[in-house]
Amino acid sequence: MTLTKQVDNTDSQEKINFECETGNYHTFCPISCVAWLYQKIEDSFFLVIGTKTCGYFLQNALGVMIFAEPRYAMAELEEGDISAQLSDYEELKRLCLQVKRDRNPSVIFWIGTCTTEIIKMDLEGIAPKLEAEISLPIVVARANGLDYAFTQGEDTVLAALAQRPNPKQTEDLGELITKSTDEYIEHPPLILFGSIPDPVVNQLTLELKKQGVKVSGWLPSKRYTELPLIYEGNYVCGVNPYLSRTATTLMRRRKCKLIGAPFPIGPDGTRAWLEKICTVFGIQTQGLQEREEQIWEKLKYYVSLIDGKSVFFMGDNLLEISLARFLIKSGMIVFEIGIPYMDKRYQGAELQLLQKTCKEKQIPIPIIIEKPDNYNQVDRIRDMKPDLVITGMAHANPLEARGINTKWSVEFTFAQIHGFTNAIEVLELVTRPLRRNQKLEKISSERYTDMR
Amino acid sequence: MKLAYWMYAGPAHIGTLRIASSFKNVHAIMHAPLGDDYFNVMRSMLERKRDFTAVTASVVDRHVLARGSQEKVVNNISRKDREEKPDLVVLTPTCTSSILQEDLQNFVNRASLETQADVLLADVNHYRVNEMQAADRTLEQIVQFYIKKAQKTNQLDTSKTVEPSVNIIGSFNLAFHNQHDMAELKRLMSDLNIKINSIIPEGASVQDLKDLPKAWFNIVPYREIGLLTAEYLKKEFDMPYIDTTPMGVVETANCIRKIQYILNEKNSNVNFEKYIDIQTRFVSQSAWFSRSIDCQNLTGKKAVVFGDSTHAAAMTKILTREMGINVVWAGTYCKYDKSWFEKEVGDLCDEIVITDDHNLIGDLIAKVEPAVIFGTQMERHVAKRLNIPCGVISAPVHIQNFPLSYRPFLGYEGANQIADLIYNSFTLGMEDHLLEIFGGHDTKEILSAGLSAGVEDLDIKWDLESQAELTKIPGFVRGKIKRNTEKFAQQQKMETITLEVMYAAKEAAA
Repeated sequence: MTLTKQVDNTDSQEKINFECETGNYHTFCPISCVAWLYQKIEDSFFLVIGTKTCGYFLQNALGVMIFAEPRYAMAELEEGDISAQLSDYEELKRLCLQVKRDRNPSVIFWIGTCTTEIIKMDLEGIAPKLEAEISLPIVVARANGLDYAFTQGEDTVLAALAQRPNPKQTEDLGELITKSTDEYIEHPPLILFGSIPDPVVNQLTLELKKQGVKVSGWLPSKRYTELPLIYEGNYVCGVNPYLSRTATTLMRRRKCKLIGAPFPIGPDGTRAWLEKICTVFGIQTQGLQEREEQIWEKLKYYVSLIDGKSVFFMGDNLLEISLARFLIKSGMIVFEIGIPYMDKRYQGAELQLLQKTCKEKQIPIPIIIEKPDNYNQVDRIRDMKPDLVITGMAHANPLEARGINTKWSVEFTFAQIHGFTNAIEVLELVTRPLRRNQKLEKISSERYTDMR
Repeated sequence: MKLAYWMYAGPAHIGTLRIASSFKNVHAIMHAPLGDDYFNVMRSMLERKRDFTAVTASVVDRHVLARGSQEKVVNNISRKDREEKPDLVVLTPTCTSSILQEDLQNFVNRASLETQADVLLADVNHYRVNEMQAADRTLEQIVQFYIKKAQKTNQLDTSKTVEPSVNIIGSFNLAFHNQHDMAELKRLMSDLNIKINSIIPEGASVQDLKDLPKAWFNIVPYREIGLLTAEYLKKEFDMPYIDTTPMGVVETANCIRKIQYILNEKNSNVNFEKYIDIQTRFVSQSAWFSRSIDCQNLTGKKAVVFGDSTHAAAMTKILTREMGINVVWAGTYCKYDKSWFEKEVGDLCDEIVITDDHNLIGDLIAKVEPAVIFGTQMERHVAKRLNIPCGVISAPVHIQNFPLSYRPFLGYEGANQIADLIYNSFTLGMEDHLLEIFGGHDTKEILSAGLSAGVEDLDIKWDLESQAELTKIPGFVRGKIKRNTEKFAQQQKMETITLEVMYAAKEAAA
C-alpha cells in the first residue's frame, strides 16, 4: 500500500497544531449529498428514510431544485414506524415498488438518517432481501447527523458503492496493467474516486492523459450501470478531501492501493496531485511547471486583490485544508482553519503540502481546529478582525452587519473548483465579497449594527 | 411511511424556535444532531437578520446515543446562561429527542437551579403536531409561565389601562408579510384611538408578559398562531379576543365592528361606522377598484385558492365577495383546522380541499385549469409548469416573499396590495380581449422552427386589406396573431391571407 508518511515525521519543519473544540458548530446535514449525487448518477433514485425534519432541511437547502421532479424523495417515518407497529420491510417494499413503477431507476439508494440509527432499523439487512424481491439494486448509506458532517454524506454513499462490484466484474483479476499505446504509458489501472461534475471529470482525465496516464474508471460513474471494474491491486486516488471512508473501503475491501496525494484544488494542488500519481507509476511528468505558471499568470488580477489579506475558516465542509493551502500560496494569511473532521492519514499529503507552502511563504502554519465551537470562533473573529471569514449562512449576514467580509462556504461545494482550469473559480468566489464591498464603500459606514 | 419530497408545514421544533427567537433575549437550545440547526440559516437568509439567531444545539452524537446526554444538556444551558445572559432558555426537543425519550424535564429542573435565566422545556411532540401547532403551544406556554410567575410573586397587576388598549398576538419571524401586517395593524389601532398594550412575541421581552392582562382585549390576526394564548387569557382574566382576520375591506370592517362592540361593552361609547365608510370609499382603493369597468373583466373568471387557513379563507372571501371571481375550489393544508375552514368558505366556493399532499393539489389544478391560482410557493411552481398565472398568498415562502418595500396583507393598505396582486395575476384587459378576437393563447406550436421554415417555403402573402388590419392590432399581440393566421393558412393550403382568412383563423382557434 502506498500511504503517505505520518505528518509529524517531518521533524525539520514546524509542527502543525491540531486542536479540538466542543463540536458546537453549524454545518449542513450529510443527507444533503443527495442534492449533487442524484444529478451525478443519472439513473439513480435516492430515498431518504427519515422524518419531517430531514425533509424540511432538504426542501429548504435545495431550494428551487425541488421543483424539477428530482430523483429523490423522503420515506417519511410516522409514529407507527417508530413504535414498530408497521413492518419496515413491507413499508419500504411498498415505497420502492412505487418508485420503480414511476421512475424506473437502475438503482435505489437508501439514505439512513439519525432516526433509523436510533430505532436501529436494519436497512443493511432488509436491502438484500428486498433487492432480490423487486429485482432492483439497493445501496444503503448511513449519512446521518449523529456521525457525520455535510460532505461526509458523499463519503458514506461512495463507500457503499465501492463495496458493490460492477455486475460485469469477473472472478479473475482483470488486466493488472494498462497497455501502453501511442497515447498512454504502461502502468497499473488507476481508478479515481469523488463526485465531481462531468466537465471537471473530463478536464482531470485529460490532464492525466497529457502525462500518459490512463484513467480506467471513476467512482461514481455517470450511470450506476457503468460502475468501474475494480480489481485487487488496482490503484485508486481521491479528488476530494472528505472521502476517507471510501479510501479505506477501497483499500481494505477491494484490496486496492491508495495513492495519497494532495487534492487537485488550485494550480499548486493540481500539479502536486498529478505529480504524485506519476511518481507512483514511475512516470516523468511533462510541462507541469509551465502549466502551473500559466495558470498563476491568469490568476494575477485575483491574487493582487487578496495578497496579504487575512482569512478565517469557520469550518463546515472538509475542503478547508486544501482551500487554505491554495489561498496561502496566493498570498493570503490564514488565521484559523476550522474543520469538522480531520483524517490525518487520508489528508496526509495535503497537510504536508500545507506545511511546505507555509514555509515557502515564510508564514506560521495556521492552527487547525477540529469540531470547532462557533461561539468561541465568533469571539476570536472579533479579536482578530480577519479580512475575510469563510462561513456558513447562519453566520454570514450577522458578520457582514458587523463589518466583516464573509464568503458562504457551501458555494465551494457546489462550484467547479478542481483542476487547473477551475482555479480561477475558487478565487472568483473568494474575492467576490472583497470586490463587492469595494464598490459599495461610498454608501456609508461598514457596520450595520451596534450590538457586539 | 409516506413517500414525499415537499411539505407545506415544517416540523414541530421549527414552530418553537420561531416563537423563542422572536422574543427579545430568549435563547433556544435544540436537543438535536449536527445539521438540525438549519433554522438559523433560514432566519439569517430569508429575513436577512443582522443579529446572530439565538438558537444553538446541544448536539446529539454517537456518544449521546450510547450513554445518554448526561451532563451535556445541563452544561449547555448553563453555558448559554453565562455567555448571553438571556431572560429565558427554551430547551427544544426534536424528532431525535422524541424517540430517545431522555428525561429532558429533569435536565431543565437541574439546570434552572444554577442559572440566572428561567428555563423551560417546550411542550411539543414531533410526531403529534406540526410547525404551526407547536408555535401556538409554545407561545401559550411562555405566556402562561410568566403570568404564573408574576402571580406567585404577587407582581401581577390586572387593572386595566385608562385608555382602551389592545394586545396583538401573532407577530413572529419567518411569517408571511408579518412585519408589514403589524405596521398596518398599529396604524389601524392608532386611527381608532386604541393604545397598543403589547405586541407579542416579536421584539417583546418576556419580563413584560405579566402586563398582558392590562389590555382591554386581544387581537389574533392569524389563526395558526396565537389562539391558544388568547383563549388562556380569556379563561384566566376574562379578556375578550377577536380572531377575525382584517384581510380585505369586508373582513377589516367586520374586525373593526367587533372592536367597537367590545369597547362599548366596556362603556366607552365609540362608533367606528364613519371611519369604516371613509376608509372603504376613499382611503382604500380596492372597493372602488372592484366596481370600476376594468374589474368587470374579472367577473366569473375561474380561480383556485390554497394556503394556510387564515390566508386561504380570507383570499377566498375577497375573490368571491369583493371581486366577483368564481373560486372553483379553496383549500388549506392546516388539516387540524378543517371544520373552521369549511364553516368560513363553505358557501363561497364550489368545493373545499383539505390536504397536505402537494401532488394532489397539482393534479387538481391541472384538472380544473383555472385562469389564476392563489397559493404558496409550491403552487407557483405548478402554475409555471402549466402556464397559469399565480399569486403567492401564504407560507411556505421563498426569499422573494420577504420584500423590503411595504407590502401588508392586512388592513386597508393590505386590501390595496391584494387588489393589485389579483389584478396583475390575470392576463387581462386589452390583451385578453384581442387574443379572444384573433384567437388562441397557444403560441408554442407555431413558434417551432420547423413551421416557420414551412411558412417561408409556402411563401404566404398578406393582401393589402389584411395587412392594414394587422397593423391595427397593438404590437404586443400582433406577432402571435400573425403567426396564428399564417399557421391556419398553411394548414388550409391557402397562399394569400385576406380579411376572410384572418377571421376564419380566429374562428378555427376559438
